[in-house]
Amino acid sequence: MDAQPDEEAQNLLAPVSFSDKLTEHDLTLTRGKTVTAQINTGLLCNQACKHCHLGAGPDKKEVMTPAVMDEVVEYVRRGDFEMVDITGGAPEMVPDIEYLVKELSRCVPNMIFRSNLTAIGGNGYKSLLKLLADKKVSIVASLPSLNMAQVDSQRGTGVFDKSIESLRKFNAVGYGCEKTGLMLSLAVNPSGAFLASPQVGMEKKFKRDLLNKHNIVFNNLFTFNNVPVGRYRGWLESSGNMAGYILKLADSFNSCAVSGAMCRTQVSVNWDGYLYDCDFNLAEAIPLGGVPTHISETSSPPEEGTEVAVSDHCYACTAGAGFTCGGAIDA
Amino acid sequence: MKTYYSPDDLPKFAEIGEGAPELAKKFFDYYSSVFAEGELTEREKALIALAVSHTVQCPYCIDAYTKTCLEKGSNMAEMTEAVHVAVAIRGGASLVHGVQMRNVSEKVSM
Repeated sequence: MDAQPDEEAQNLLAPVSFSDKLTEHDLTLTRGKTVTAQINTGLLCNQACKHCHLGAGPDKKEVMTPAVMDEVVEYVRRGDFEMVDITGGAPEMVPDIEYLVKELSRCVPNMIFRSNLTAIGGNGYKSLLKLLADKKVSIVASLPSLNMAQVDSQRGTGVFDKSIESLRKFNAVGYGCEKTGLMLSLAVNPSGAFLASPQVGMEKKFKRDLLNKHNIVFNNLFTFNNVPVGRYRGWLESSGNMAGYILKLADSFNSCAVSGAMCRTQVSVNWDGYLYDCDFNLAEAIPLGGVPTHISETSSPPEEGTEVAVSDHCYACTAGAGFTCGGAIDA
Repeated sequence: MKTYYSPDDLPKFAEIGEGAPELAKKFFDYYSSVFAEGELTEREKALIALAVSHTVQCPYCIDAYTKTCLEKGSNMAEMTEAVHVAVAIRGGASLVHGVQMRNVSEKVSM
């Protein structure tokens, strides 16, 4: 089946649709070997960030149940994945998240846990922090800027200070420190309607400034473009930035970035167990293969060579250097 | 013409080449080379450009280099400091001419 979303979902005012842009460049977006399972544990979050593509927040009730967690574990075991990437919302806030981490750690050699750096701040999450360290789970933490005003403007009042506090906690248990094997990476996205900064320069700057000003260390920094869906799309529209941002993304299309796009090697599992090509298609309810498919109904990851469903928001992952779930694609 | 400045004019900058293509090519080639990574990073050069934009008070330049600075990874604190550098030099340039005022005054005064 042709895995294309409906016309309405594509309507982002791009001068040329993403699908047509691929055709212009004689490209198709098809899967390579699917090695990563990204598990979205739900929309519950203690923050309501302006750039959130999912519209996650404190009032959301959608979280993964233990029953779906068991199905996820079975799916990951069957799929022989190399990596599991746990995200949300704030996965820290999902009841039974420790159960999921423990069970998945038995199935895959590598795990990522995405943290917004404020949900894990309270004392109630000490055991989770210890579990993540014990299982050598890599942390990818969100910190869009080293400027308090810009962080708080995007993520909520007081978030910058709490984020710095949490980074110190991660350092205290060995994350980001030499010879511990505990990887701490930062995810940096623009705090507005502009493109992400070059990754290498930003990593140098963040390492220097976080060490000098806050005595904090980390391993890697990944930069991402904001994807114009969900709450971020609402902000772009209400602030009058939508047309300019879409034009900038489309003008920055880099055909070389298509082959490195994250959707080629990962599959996203929603909190209810349904499958998507990526977390952005998940946000837009564009199902994997064009048909809603539950993890209990499939025996293996999507096959190599199958088509990835595309929409105009895909321009965000092919602008400039291009982006994967691990940040900008190496040149 | 309702106004001398319009945001819609900035993307038309390259059209200036239609009047004198060879000169425009030389200018834009030079311009690209100036802003490429060198001994200074692209981020540092964008901050300098932002400060100079405020000195020459070019709304096109302020628009363009504010966005460039953000995309190169500068934050509002750094950008505001850069503008203050322009302000200090511009203000200082006025103030230092006060020495001329003093010289003239001394010459003609008893």
